[in-house]
Amino acid sequence: MPELTLTSAPAHIRHGSNIGQPLTRRDGILKVTGQATYAADNHPPGMLFAVMATSSIARGRVVSLDVAAAKRHPRVVDVMTPDHKPQLAIDPELKTNPFVFRMEVLQSNEVRYANQPIAVVIAETQEAATEGAALLAPRYETLPPLVGLDAGESYMPPVVGVGNPTENHLGDVEAGLAAADKQIDAIYETPPQYHNAMEPHAIVAHWDGDRLQIDMPTQGLMLSLARVAELFGIAHKKIHIRSPFLGGGFGSKGFLAGPQTLGIMAAKLVGRPVKLVLRREQMYGPVGHRAPTRQRLRIGTDGEGRLTALDHHARTVSSTFDDFYEPAADASHTLYAAPAIRTSHDAVRVNTGTPLFMRAPGEATGSIALESAIDEMAWACGLDPLAFRLKNYAEVEPMTGRPFSSKALRACYEQGAARFGWAKRPLQPRQMRDDAGLLVGWGMGTATFPALMFQAEARAAIRRDGSGVMEIGAHDMGQGAWTALAQIAADSVGLDIDRLDFKSGTSDLPDAGIAGGSAHTATAGAAIHSAGAAVIGKLADLATSDERSPLFGAGNAGVIAREGRLIRRDDESRSESYAEILARAGVAEIEARGTGAANPAAMEQYAMHAHGAVFAEVKVDPELGQIRVTRMVGAFAAGRIVNPRMVQSQLFGGMIWGLSFALHEAAITDQRTGRIMNANLGEYHIPVNADVPPLDVITVEEHDPHVNALGIKGVGEIGITGSAGAVANAVWHATGVRVRKFPIRIEELLTQG
Amino acid sequence: MKQFDYVRPATVTEAVAAAAQPGAVFLAAGTNLLDLMKGGVSRPDRLVDVTHLDGLDRIETLADGSLRIGALVRNADLAHDAEFARSYPAVAEALLSGASAQLRNAATVGGNLLQRTRCAYFYDTASRCNKREPGSGCDARDGENRGHAVLGWSESCIATHPSDFCVPLVALDAVVEIEGRGGRREIALDELHRLPGEAPERETVLEPGDLIVAVRLPTAARGFAAHARYLKVRERTSYAFAVVSAAAALRIENGKVAQARLALGGVAAKPWRARAAEDVLRGVAPTADAFQEAARRALEGAKPSGDNAFKIELARRIVVRALTLAAAGTPARIPALPASPFASTSGAIHA
Ligand SMILES: Cc1cc2nc3c(=O)[nH]c(=O)nc-3n(C[C@H](O)[C@H](O)[C@H](O)COP(=O)(O)OP(=O)(O)OC[C@H]3O[C@@H](n4cnc5c(N)ncnc54)[C@H](O)[C@@H]3O)c2cc1C
Ligand code: SF4
Repeated sequence: MPELTLTSAPAHIRHGSNIGQPLTRRDGILKVTGQATYAADNHPPGMLFAVMATSSIARGRVVSLDVAAAKRHPRVVDVMTPDHKPQLAIDPELKTNPFVFRMEVLQSNEVRYANQPIAVVIAETQEAATEGAALLAPRYETLPPLVGLDAGESYMPPVVGVGNPTENHLGDVEAGLAAADKQIDAIYETPPQYHNAMEPHAIVAHWDGDRLQIDMPTQGLMLSLARVAELFGIAHKKIHIRSPFLGGGFGSKGFLAGPQTLGIMAAKLVGRPVKLVLRREQMYGPVGHRAPTRQRLRIGTDGEGRLTALDHHARTVSSTFDDFYEPAADASHTLYAAPAIRTSHDAVRVNTGTPLFMRAPGEATGSIALESAIDEMAWACGLDPLAFRLKNYAEVEPMTGRPFSSKALRACYEQGAARFGWAKRPLQPRQMRDDAGLLVGWGMGTATFPALMFQAEARAAIRRDGSGVMEIGAHDMGQGAWTALAQIAADSVGLDIDRLDFKSGTSDLPDAGIAGGSAHTATAGAAIHSAGAAVIGKLADLATSDERSPLFGAGNAGVIAREGRLIRRDDESRSESYAEILARAGVAEIEARGTGAANPAAMEQYAMHAHGAVFAEVKVDPELGQIRVTRMVGAFAAGRIVNPRMVQSQLFGGMIWGLSFALHEAAITDQRTGRIMNANLGEYHIPVNADVPPLDVITVEEHDPHVNALGIKGVGEIGITGSAGAVANAVWHATGVRVRKFPIRIEELLTQG
Repeated sequence: MKQFDYVRPATVTEAVAAAAQPGAVFLAAGTNLLDLMKGGVSRPDRLVDVTHLDGLDRIETLADGSLRIGALVRNADLAHDAEFARSYPAVAEALLSGASAQLRNAATVGGNLLQRTRCAYFYDTASRCNKREPGSGCDARDGENRGHAVLGWSESCIATHPSDFCVPLVALDAVVEIEGRGGRREIALDELHRLPGEAPERETVLEPGDLIVAVRLPTAARGFAAHARYLKVRERTSYAFAVVSAAAALRIENGKVAQARLALGGVAAKPWRARAAEDVLRGVAPTADAFQEAARRALEGAKPSGDNAFKIELARRIVVRALTLAAAGTPARIPALPASPFASTSGAIHA
């Protein structure tokens, strides 16, 4: 890979520490000038283009493909089909570990969902491959597809999300409801949604004998590498994956997907490098999505408005051939202090690609239902929604009774409400109008997301010239890893960021774990932090045990690393630069490794979550029903903020996604065929600039000594939670109409004039 | 991609001749056509690129006071022509409420008129569609059809025409100038698009080779400038097709409506001129009651073609609102959120 020229201009203001500085993206100039090389920008010599043909039916069998017609087309080189393909080393249906999902790589003629790959045409040009794929004119034996939340017999999945229990109980929910002074019982529906990252899934695969060079966007370099290794039966060290930049992932690039495997197979088949890029509509199937849900919430309160019971049931779907269950009801585990809580899930199987992790999987779907229901309950009690939430504030994690490692949610409520002006909100809906006569409504929601940690490793080195190196195969999905992790790295070795060579984004570097679960900065950051500490420790050993050093005898604990020097803690006039230490020792480079992982003891003892409070204002045309969000304020407490600018962007993005969840996003499935009818960015609506109001993000100070050494909680996903409910609740407050099916549609609001 | 010929004729006559052959289509900016080709919905054998033809990109006022807009004038250029926007404010507002800035910069007047329906089943080659494949059936009829037609549809097709631009144009009696194999002719825009009937594949009255060379707004169209609005309800603030839209234009004299013009978008296979509603407004005071009655008349005969009964009620409400806005007077500037129910809210910078 050509060296990346990362920029740190404009010169940032620094106060001795890199962490906490609002640096701009170091890869920003590369990106805006088109020099950042995304996977599909790679064109090794001799490269061919592969295009997938995908199924137009959702269930059945391919009975014929006109391979001859495709091959006759000028510049088509080969057509890969179930009968003509390189053998894989293992059956792709085999689930070799819990993070392996089944994929369609032409292992049979069976069709399990619409847009499933059924053949791959390889040609000298993209255009020829595209036309070749069209010429295949598949014929099918079609079976009636299973579609929707009532497609068949429901069942209880063994687990939901990542190994969460399907059911959880605390106390006696039925008794709590029976004893309640007031109750609500409401059903909410959320639609299937697709990640729609700006960059489609892509791969450029290049076999060199038994070595394999891969360019593809991935949120999990080592996980992908291991999967490629087992599928193709080659040693890890023979595979090299480059993924320096991702044009968004949102969970859909977490695992090696079928289409990327097909790209590698195609390259093997033709013995030349091959590029395969998904078309937008091809992303609606084989690369995961957020499953639809139907959630029933039953809540009871006593005469004071305190919860007596909270029952949250979620119906969802999985594919006919694999298991992933949106853990929507689990959203009710952490936020509100009810003496009795039950969360449960069931599912039906449908003909779709397997649903997968999509930004705040379960948390987002569960949050919009829970926050709507809490709003309904507050109204039933005649209480202000914020007062109601404060009345039911969880001092300890309700489901487990564990204390929180830190929880500045009260401060979030206070600061958010103050900034928004919440105190002026009338309790009754449909009370506010603007000058133009539009209905105005204010709503709020509580945000929460677990503070997770995975496992990562990093390698740090100090070079003879006094500069540093930090190596970690981390992932920049656009969230700013190139910048934020480099900030942590620079501090970890006591260097200015410009004196540090931060290497990332390729599989030959130490495993950074997966960029998911909002845990990447925390996990990779912890590994970097400990690698840095380790290398400084070695350097200090070198100096303090050398009689010729001014630091001789200072002892390992007695020096501070700052700006490229080790300084005696008890006497700052005695110091030595890294370069001097290494030069004297005659060492070219000194290195050390460090790891980052969750602390099981702390996890046992504490509930670890980030929190937030989101306030939204919407305007609704009273006769025409069109909705527009006009203001949003989010206050979030997520531990240490490594880079405020990047964190703010993450939270903005999450809040916009929440708005999108409430008002825009839905894949429209034809109930007869199981085909998605709006698989394009023109018709699958996400908010455009004109939909996004002024957003105000407050990061509330929070010190967490338990989550990890740096006190970092994630910020990648929390922004959606709370926000979606806040917008939905604001629509109710504006109109008096409670819409429980998302996204909220104009026709739902036309009933009142 | 399918192989096709690409020709770039030098004159209108050559263009007409080149496009008259079976399998040939005109290419303007391609913002619709190229998408259709990439999706395999249109598979032409020959593209006749008209974007280099001389003289079709002018906006000119003719001796009789009418305005002639060349077929190649870009949507954005037309909307941003200050004189045009002053004289035909509802048309400019409609243009600016369509698509996105990038698309409007490219899209041409002729292409906008002849853009195809956005029916998802038309775009999906695996679905049955009488418009795409005559006689194959209509999968929208029992499918996802909450956006489909409520007026003028037939059992064979329930698609709508998606253009915003056409709605105020048809209200203002625009005329389409056509160059065909038989020479030049002109027809009312209202006559250009056909209702589906038994032959939804025939969307317009144009014959093979017919090139739209200009759209003309008659002298009388200027008379509405003081009271003309376009209103478009959509599912996001910008970059979305109309769920339903309306263009309303009034000539108010001595507190009475001397003449009214009304058309609806997103409800039928053509921009829908509501003449019966115009008639009830003639000579009456512009009151809420009169507008309600006009709305009722405008939607007479409307019936749902699927899960879209709400569009009928919505259309009535839009008619009332558009007439109310028109009566209140054309704003001095086109709002930052053109044609939006939120046009009057402050703070919007652009759409
Ligand atoms: C994502 C998206 C969103 C959109 N949103 C909107 C919207 O909100 N409102 C709206 O009104 N429109 C919208 N549009 C449609 C857009 O306005 C049209 O695509 C555009 O106006 C077509 O113009 P063009 O010059 O690109 O035509 P082309 O795509 O080149 O041609 C369209 C058709 O017209 C024919 N044609 C073109 N010029 C002539 C001529 N002079 N004589 C005869 N035939 C001709 C072509 O053969 C072709 O069949 C949207 C389009 C997209 C892609
Ligand atoms: S409504 Fe018309 S365009 Fe849509 S599928 Fe039916 S026939 Fe085709």
